[in-house]
This record gives sequence, structure tokens and C-alpha cells, in this order.
Amino acid sequence: MIALTGVRKSFRGRPVLRDVSFTVEAGTVVCLIGPSGAGKSTVLRCVNGLEHHDAGVIKVSGREVTTESLPTIRRELAMVFQKFNLLPHRTALGNIIEGPVHVLGRSEAESRREALNLLERVGLTNKADEYPHQLSGGEQQRVGIARALAMRPKAILFDEPTSALDPERVREVLQVMRDLAEEGMTMLVVTHEMNFAREVADRVVFMDGGAIVEAGSPGQVLGDPVAQRTREFLDRVLHPI
Amino acid sequence: MSADSFFHEAVLFMPVLLKGLGMTVLLTLAALATSVVVGLGWALMGASRFAPLRAGSAIVINFIRGIPIIVQLFYVYFVLPELGINLEPFVAGVIGLGLAYSVYQAENFRGGFKSVDRSLVETGQSLGMSDWLIMRRIIFPLGIRVALPSFGNTTVMLLKDSSIASTITIAELTRAGQLLAISTFKNGTVYTLVALLYLIASLPLARTVRVLERRLSQQ
Repeated sequence: MIALTGVRKSFRGRPVLRDVSFTVEAGTVVCLIGPSGAGKSTVLRCVNGLEHHDAGVIKVSGREVTTESLPTIRRELAMVFQKFNLLPHRTALGNIIEGPVHVLGRSEAESRREALNLLERVGLTNKADEYPHQLSGGEQQRVGIARALAMRPKAILFDEPTSALDPERVREVLQVMRDLAEEGMTMLVVTHEMNFAREVADRVVFMDGGAIVEAGSPGQVLGDPVAQRTREFLDRVLHPI
Repeated sequence: MSADSFFHEAVLFMPVLLKGLGMTVLLTLAALATSVVVGLGWALMGASRFAPLRAGSAIVINFIRGIPIIVQLFYVYFVLPELGINLEPFVAGVIGLGLAYSVYQAENFRGGFKSVDRSLVETGQSLGMSDWLIMRRIIFPLGIRVALPSFGNTTVMLLKDSSIASTITIAELTRAGQLLAISTFKNGTVYTLVALLYLIASLPLARTVRVLERRLSQQ
């Protein structure tokens, strides 16, 4: 579904991705973990073309990511942002139907019906007409996920979806993501939630310094890591004090 | 100028001055519409990802901004006829003031567009929106809210600068006052009334902008 081969990228001469290769099979969940500045978010942003990679090949559904293919690829991939990025001048419902109506050209009536179903699915039926500033962070992020689903994407990219949330709001968002995973959605998730990665991911990729240090099943990477660097990172994340 | 004679003269002069005020309002609204449309054009060129368009916008803005409005009006009204383009005074006034003010409107729009968070542009991109759709659905509606206060200022300035059109024979408020003053020698009464009428005309403008601002910020 998503395949990266030898992807490299520099910002002003400073390498941020060094030879990154991995794949996300259709219907699976891959969690990207690692310290901040490891290049996890940059990987995600290269996949849907918010950043341009300097070398290597990224393929989505067998189609290479290029300037020409981006419009098509962006319709197949949805993205959920760390800071939600809801449009402040549109209601929850308005945010959800924005893409379907204006990008995909679907009818507004049909899109509204589908948006209401999606809001029910993320537990926000009664918030359809609220503006983002009237919603809590957790609610905004669930609208963000509903907005992603409204595009009927083949895969969803999650960029630290719970990092900007109050601790007690994290669970409601992770629950929605867990449900999605169980329904077979293809997901590439940048996260610091190790329990989520352990329980939901099919594969975990650990990155540091712009490179993949190790990748494998959650049991192996999180339970019995091979690399010293992975062990140090996990030790620090799991035992912060 | 006693109070008594002031009111007496005011009643006499008012019909002429009110007619002038009507022309001032008409001229201001027409020039405002022109300046907003043309200014939006400059701002959209300036926001383009196509470098020649951006450069063109910057050149035009600096060019127009660097020339006094009265000289621009003279150019449209006195020089264009030499090139075979004869314009009615009112049309020349609307074009001259509209063009002169288009660059201020462009700067208002530009400031508004720039205030829109980059992450919302990326949101539009990740939804598969084209640049134009992102402008229409995200940058414009959000930027306009930020631009509105300076838009109000610009409009009040335009109302006052419409007095410059008196120099190309448009019978607006200042011109009407000038003619009255010359023929009656009642400078004090006439120009006090002219000043009051400009002031009165500018108040509803400021108010309209405030109401709009409040309505938009509620969303």
C-alpha cells in the first residue's frame, strides 16, 4: 500500500532522512516511534507530498509520489494532525464535508448524511454544529479523524495524534483509532503511545537521527529490542523517573 | 460669525452641500468597489506560486504608491485625452481614485492572507485541494477577517481623499463648498459645514466595519 525505498532528505544541508525504507501493507497498522527530531513526522509528510524528498522512491498503491501524481495520491491518503488543524471558520460538520464536497465533488446532502454517521462513529453526534473553539482537544481530534474518514481514504497518516491532548483525553482518541484498526484500515501512525503501539500495531519501526534503527513486530521491537539505542529509548520512555 | 447667522446661512447652503455630499458618497462607493476588485487582483498575483506574477504585483504596487493621488487623477483626466481616451470627470475620478487605492487594498488583503496559519494550508493540501481552492475556501475567508479593520481605515481615508476629485471638476462636497465660498465669501460657515458633513459621512462607515468584524469573529 505504502512503500518507501532509500528515501533521503536534507534541510539546508542537514540530513533529516538517511536511506529510509519500509512498507505498510494494506490493512495493517505501522507505528513509527523514536525520539523527537528522529524524522518520523518528516517521513509522513513526504508520503503525502507536504515535503519533497531529495532521493529514493515513495509509492502509494503502486504509484510513485511525484508532483504530477500528488493530486491523485492525496485523494487516497488522509492525514490526521497533531494540532488537529480544523478549519476555525467551519463547524464540525462543515470541516468533515469540506473535502468530499469541494475536492471529490460529491453532493452536499449525501456528504452531510455521511458526516453525521461519521460523527456518530466517533461519539460526537451532538457536536455537529459546534465550531472548533467550542470543542475540547479530544473532540477536535475525533472530528479530525472523521474528516479523514469522509474522504474514504485507502490509508490514513496519523502525525502524533494524541501529543497535544490532555492526558485524560488521550484515551478517547486512541479508542477511535483502535476501532479503525480492527475494521482493517491501513494506518501509518507516528506516536509516543507505546501501549497503543504494542496492542494495535502490526509492525513497529524505531527511528533515530533520520534513520531506521530497527523494525519488526511490536513484541520484538518493544519487548526484546536488538539495538542498544532502541533499548535506551524505551527505557527512558517507559521509566521516565 | 454669530450662532444666529451661522444657522441662517447653514439653512441656505445646505441643499447645495448635500448635493455635493451625495456625489462624494457615490464617488467613494464606486472608487471603493474598483479599488477592492483591482486590489484583490494585485494581492492574488502577489500570492501566486508563479514568480513573474509576484514580481508584477510588487512593481505595480510600488509604482502606484509612489505617485501622489492628485497627479494620478490629472494623468487620467488631462493626459489620457491626448492619447485619444476621453473620460467623463466622474469616470476619470473613479478610475484614478480606484487605482490609487487599489494598492492599499492589496496590502490589506496581503496582510490578511499572510496571517493565515501555514498548517491550515497544509490541511487543504492533504485534503487534495488545488492552490485556487485553498485560496477560495481557506486563505480568503480567514484572511478577510484579519484584514477587515485596516479595510475600514482605508475606506475612511478614501472618503476624505475623494475631495481631491474636486480638482478635476467633479461637483462633490469640497468642490460645492469651494464654489459656495467663492460666491458668498462665507468661508467660515461653508467650510465648517463641509467638515461636519465629511465627519458625519465617515461615522457610519466605521460603524459598519465594526459590526461586520463582530459578526465574523463570532464564527
